[in-house]
Amino acid sequence: MSANKWTIAAARDALRKGEISAVDLTMSCLTAIDAGDGLNAFVHKTPELALEQARSADVRLGSGEAPAMCGIPLGIKDLFCTMGVPSQAASNILKGFTPEYESTVTAKLFAAGAVMLGKLNMDEFAMGSSNETSCYGNAVNPWRRQGSDVQLTPGGSSGGSASAVAADLCLAATGTDTGGSIRQPAAFTGIVGIKPTYGRVSRWGIVAFASSLDQAGPMTKTVRDSAIMLGAMCGHDPKDSTSADIPVPDFEAALTGDIRGKVIGIPREYRMDGMPAEIETLWQQGIAMLKDAGATVRDISLPHTKYALPAYYVIAPAEASSNLARYDGVRYGHRAKLAAGDGITEMYEKTRAEGFGHEVQRRIMVGTYVLSAGFYDAYYNRARKVRALIKRDFDTVFAEGIDAILTPATPSAAFGLGEMSDADPIRMYLNDVFTVTVNLAGLPGIAVPVGLDAQGLPLGLQLIGQPWDEAGLLNHAHVLESRAGFVAKAEKWW
Amino acid sequence: MAIDIDTARKVAKLARIRVEEGDLSALADKLSGIIGFMEQLNEVDVAGVEPMTSVTPMRLRQRADVVTDGDIQAQVLKNAPDAREGFFAVPKVVE
Repeated sequence: MSANKWTIAAARDALRKGEISAVDLTMSCLTAIDAGDGLNAFVHKTPELALEQARSADVRLGSGEAPAMCGIPLGIKDLFCTMGVPSQAASNILKGFTPEYESTVTAKLFAAGAVMLGKLNMDEFAMGSSNETSCYGNAVNPWRRQGSDVQLTPGGSSGGSASAVAADLCLAATGTDTGGSIRQPAAFTGIVGIKPTYGRVSRWGIVAFASSLDQAGPMTKTVRDSAIMLGAMCGHDPKDSTSADIPVPDFEAALTGDIRGKVIGIPREYRMDGMPAEIETLWQQGIAMLKDAGATVRDISLPHTKYALPAYYVIAPAEASSNLARYDGVRYGHRAKLAAGDGITEMYEKTRAEGFGHEVQRRIMVGTYVLSAGFYDAYYNRARKVRALIKRDFDTVFAEGIDAILTPATPSAAFGLGEMSDADPIRMYLNDVFTVTVNLAGLPGIAVPVGLDAQGLPLGLQLIGQPWDEAGLLNHAHVLESRAGFVAKAEKWW
Repeated sequence: MAIDIDTARKVAKLARIRVEEGDLSALADKLSGIIGFMEQLNEVDVAGVEPMTSVTPMRLRQRADVVTDGDIQAQVLKNAPDAREGFFAVPKVVE
C-alpha cells in the first residue's frame, strides 16, 4: 500500500521506527495530488514548502523527540490564513491575498512538525453545502454511484478537504464547521470529521464566517487519527478571546473502546418526514452497535429541533454581514476598476458586487436585513432567543444522564453536482438539518462512516457529546467505527 | 413578510453591494423565500427567554494592555490594492 493511503497513526509509527522518511511520505502524497487534479481538491499546491517541512521533520524524528504529528502530510482548507501562501476563502474578493501571518491552528500543527501539501477547495467563505459556490469551481467526490459516471458533490463547505482525504491525496486535512461543514462532507465521502466544542480550537487567523458558530477541526480516515490531530490543534490562545483556557486531555488515550454503562440518547425529533428508509435503517444499526457494546439507549426529546435551521439562517448571515464588511477593496484583495467620477461608495459597491459570488451576496443581504432598524427584534433577537431554547434542550437531556446522542449525519447520501442548482436555496440549506443544532448549542459533534446505500455511496452517523467531552465523544465514535467496520474506498477513476 | 423591490434596493445599498436595477426583482424573490422560511420562528413561545449572547458560560478574558507588536508598516500594506507613501489609498472622500 503506497504511503499516501496510510492513516496518521500508521505513518507516525512507521516514521518513528525509521521505516519511511517524512520526505518519502510527503513525495507519495505530492504524486497522488498531481494525479488527482480531476478532483479539484487542491487549489494551491505548495510542494516546495512541503518538502522543506518534511526535511525538518526528518531531522526532528532522527532526534527521537518528535510529536505525533511530526512528518504527517496534511491538506489545509483555504479558509486558514497561511503565511506567504494564498489564502482566499475560495472567493474572488481575496484573489491575490497572501497573509503576512499564520493562523493559530496551522502554527500549532507546524510546530508539531506537520507538513502542508497545499490549500484545499471549499465553498466561498464556507457558505454552502456542496462546494459549488467556490471561485475555483467544484471539488468532486471520489465516490460515484454504482455503474454511473455522474460527478457527485463531496459536500461542503469543507468539500476539498473531504475529497482529498477520501481519495488519499493527503493523510488528513483541516476543516471548519459553522453549521455542519466538517460533518456533512465527512459523511458524504466516508471519512471521519469532528467539530469540537465552541472555544476548544482557536479561531485566530481563520477567515471568519459566523464568529459565534465557527470551529475548526480535523478530517481524517479514522477516529484515532481525529483524536491525534485534534490534540495538536486545540489549546488556549490569547489571540482568540473565546478560546477556552482549560487543559487538553490526551484524546488518543481516551479510546479505550469501553462504553459499558454509558447512556445514549436517541432524539425523536430527528426522525424527519420524508427521510429515506436507508437512513432510518442505518440509524437503527448504529443503535444496535452501541447497545451491543454495552451502552444503554434511551429515547429523548429535543423539542426545539425544528426551529434550529431557521434560527441558524438568521444568526449566521447576520454575523456574516458584519464579518464580511471588511472586504471593501481598501486593505487587501480585489478592488474594482473605477469609472471617472466614482467615489468611495461606488468603490465599495462595485468591489463587493464583483468580488462576492451570488450565495455570499445573498447571505450578506439577508444578514443586513435581519439586523436593520425595525427588523432586529423580530428576526435577530427572536432567533437568539430560540437559540437559547435549543441549547436548553441539550442541557436538559445531559442533566438527565445522557452521555452522548446518536443521530443521522445527513438526510441523504452525496447528490450530483448541479442537481440542486435550480432549487430554492432552502432545499440546499436542509442538508444541515441534523448538524446545525450542534453549532447553535456549541457542542462537540462527530461524523463516522457506518455503511453504504443501495447505490454504493457512503452514509454516516453523527454522535453529539457534552461540552468539552471530546475525549468521551471520540471513544463512543471509536466503538461505533469498530462495530461498523467501514473499510470501503472509492474506486479510482480520477 | 415579502420583500419588495424597494426593500431589496435598500438592503443592497446598506450592504454596499451594487445590484443592477433589472436584477432587483429576482433578488427580492429569493430574499422573500429565505425570510419566509424564517417566519417559522414566530411559532416559538419565547416569553421570558433572554437572547443568547455567549454559547459557553464564560467571561471574555481581557489581555494585558501592553504593546505586543508594531513597526510592521510594510507588512500591513503589503496586500493593499493601492498604497502610497505608507498609507492605504482610496478615491477622494472629502471635497
